[in-house]
Amino acid sequence: MAVAVRRPAARRPSSRRPSARRVIGSEQFSGWAFVTPGVVIILLFGAVPIVWSAVMSFQRNNLLSPSTPFVGTANYRKMIHDPVVAQAIQHTLVYTVLFVPGTMLVGLFLAVAMNRKIRFISFYRTAAYATMAVSTISEAIVFIWLFDPSYGVVNYFLSAFGIPPQQFLNSPSEALYVIVIMTIWGWTGFSVVIYLAALQGVPQQLIEAASIDGAGPWQAFRRVTLPLLSPASLFLAVWLTINALQLFDEVYLSTQGGPLNATTVLVYYLYIQAFQQFNFGYASAIAYFLFLVIIVVTVIQFRVGRRFTYYRS
Amino acid sequence: MTATSAPARDKVRSAGRSGVPAARRRWRLPFSPWHLVLLPASLVLLFPFGWMLATSVETQNEALHFPPVLIPHQIRLANYPDALNSAPFGHFFANSAIVAVTTVVCNLVLCSLAGYAFARFRFFGRTALFAVIMATLMVPFQVTMIPQFIIVKWLGVHVLAGVGIDHIGALILPNAATAFGIFFLRQFFRTLPIEYEESARVDGASRLTVLVRIVLPLAAPALATLAALTFLDSWNNFLWPLIAVTSTNKMTLPLGLATFQGAHQTEWTLMMAGNVMSLVPMLVIFFLAQRYFVRSVAATGLAGT
Repeated sequence: MAVAVRRPAARRPSSRRPSARRVIGSEQFSGWAFVTPGVVIILLFGAVPIVWSAVMSFQRNNLLSPSTPFVGTANYRKMIHDPVVAQAIQHTLVYTVLFVPGTMLVGLFLAVAMNRKIRFISFYRTAAYATMAVSTISEAIVFIWLFDPSYGVVNYFLSAFGIPPQQFLNSPSEALYVIVIMTIWGWTGFSVVIYLAALQGVPQQLIEAASIDGAGPWQAFRRVTLPLLSPASLFLAVWLTINALQLFDEVYLSTQGGPLNATTVLVYYLYIQAFQQFNFGYASAIAYFLFLVIIVVTVIQFRVGRRFTYYRS
Repeated sequence: MTATSAPARDKVRSAGRSGVPAARRRWRLPFSPWHLVLLPASLVLLFPFGWMLATSVETQNEALHFPPVLIPHQIRLANYPDALNSAPFGHFFANSAIVAVTTVVCNLVLCSLAGYAFARFRFFGRTALFAVIMATLMVPFQVTMIPQFIIVKWLGVHVLAGVGIDHIGALILPNAATAFGIFFLRQFFRTLPIEYEESARVDGASRLTVLVRIVLPLAAPALATLAALTFLDSWNNFLWPLIAVTSTNKMTLPLGLATFQGAHQTEWTLMMAGNVMSLVPMLVIFFLAQRYFVRSVAATGLAGT
C-alpha cells in the first residue's frame, strides 16, 4: 500500500520549491499533521489524566494543603476500612444485578413483539425509541414525581390494589429499587433498538426450517432465534453493566445517596469525596478501584459469554 | 441447527403435532394478538411523558392533591412563563445547542483527519500512538475527571480563559476529539476500496483533497452515525458540566434542570413545565432524525457483536 501511494507523489507536477513540497507531501509529515490535533486532545484530556490520577491515588491530596506528599497505599488501605465504601460496593452490585437483566428482558420481550409487520407498529416502536431522547436528568425528575410518596400517581395505582402508600425514594429499603425501575425505563429504547437490529438479521429460512421440522413458535424462538441473538445479548450485557457500575446522575438527582446511604453507589461516593470534600487522592483511589471492577467484570462476561454465544460464519 | 440430534427432533415434532391443530380450532381475534401486548406496553412506556405533560398544565392545588387529578380541569399554560421566569431555560437550551453542535463538528473534523491517517498512512510512531488512544477508550470517565478538572482549571488561568472552569469552552474542548470517534472512523475507512484514493493521487490530488473529496463522501453513513452518537452524548452529559460549570448562565440543559429542581422541590407544576420545555426540542430532533439515531445505536450494537 505504501509503495502504491508513494509512487504518484514522485510524479507530481514540479513546483518552485521542490524540497519543501516533498517534506510537506511526505507520508511522515501528513501522517503527523493529520493526527496531531485530535491526538493532542486525547492525550491531554485522556492519557495524561489516567497516569496523573494513578499517581494521585498514592498521594495525600486534599486541595486545602499546598503539598501533596506520597503516602504509599494509604488511600487504598483507607478504602478497605471505610464502611461507606463497603455499602457503596454492595449497592452498586445489587443495582447492577437487577438493572442489567431487567433491561435485557424488557428489551428482548418488546423487540420480539415489535419484530413483525402489523398495524400501528411504527407507533409502538416510536413509543419505545422515545425513551432514548430523554436525558437521565429529565428521566429522574419525572420518576421522582411519579413515585412521590404523598401525591405520586404510583401510590394512587397501588391503592387501587389495596396496597398502602409507600415511601419509595424516602425509604431506605425501597429507594434503590425505584432507581432500578427508572433506569430500566430510560434504557428501554436502547435495548429494543439493539435487539430489533439483531432480530432483523435472523434468517427467516431457519425459522421456517424449524417449523417444518415440527417446532412450535416457542421452540423455534428458544432453539433458533435466541442462540442467533446471543452476540447482541453479550454486547448488551457488557454495555449495560459498564453503565450500571457508573450509575450517578439519577442518584445525584433523586436521593443524593440517601436515605441513610441506602443509594450511595461507588461513583456517587467518589463524586462526594472528590468535589465536595476535595479529597482528590482518596477519590482517585476509589476511581481506580472502580476501573478494576469494570475490567474484571467485563473480562468475566466475555469469558463466560463466549461459551453461550453463537456466531454465524 | 440446535435440534439436530434425533431424540430432540422427535420431541419437537410431537410437541408440534399436538400444538398446531389446537391453536387452529381456537377462536381467532379480528386483529393480531400482539396488539394485546404492545398496546399496554406502549402506554406504560409513554405514561411518564403524559403525566409530565398533564402536571405541567395543572394548578399547584391540583398537583398537590391525593388522589391525583388525572385530567386537569382546565389547561393552565401560565406554568410555562412562570418556569421561564424562575430559570433561564432559553439560555440553558442555547448553551446545550452550542456545546453539542460545536462538539459534533470538532469531532467530525478531527476524528476524520486522525482516523484517516491511522487507516492509510505509515508514519513513525503510528502503532504506539494508536495503542495509547485505544487504551484511553477503555478507561471510565471517573478515572480521568479529577486531573481533567485540574488541567482545565490551569488552562483557563494560564492559556485561554474561554476554555477554563465555568466557561462554555470547558464543556467543548475535552470532548472535541474522542478515542471512540477516531477508532470508529479508522475502522470504516479501512473498509473502503483504496483504488479510488490511489487514482486520485496519480491525478495529482493532495492527501487532504483525497480525504475531503473522495473518502468523506463515501464515509457519509459513518459520519452521520458518529454525529448522532456524539450529539446524544453531549446533549445528555451531566457529570462533567456539574464539575466544570457553576454560573447559571453557563449551564447546559441537564445541569440547569437539575439546579432548578433543587430550588423548586415541591413546585411540581413548574418542574414539569421546565422538564417539558427541555425535552420537547430533543424529542422533535429525535423524531425528525429517528432513522439516523436508531441506525446509529443499532450500528454500535452490531459493531460490538
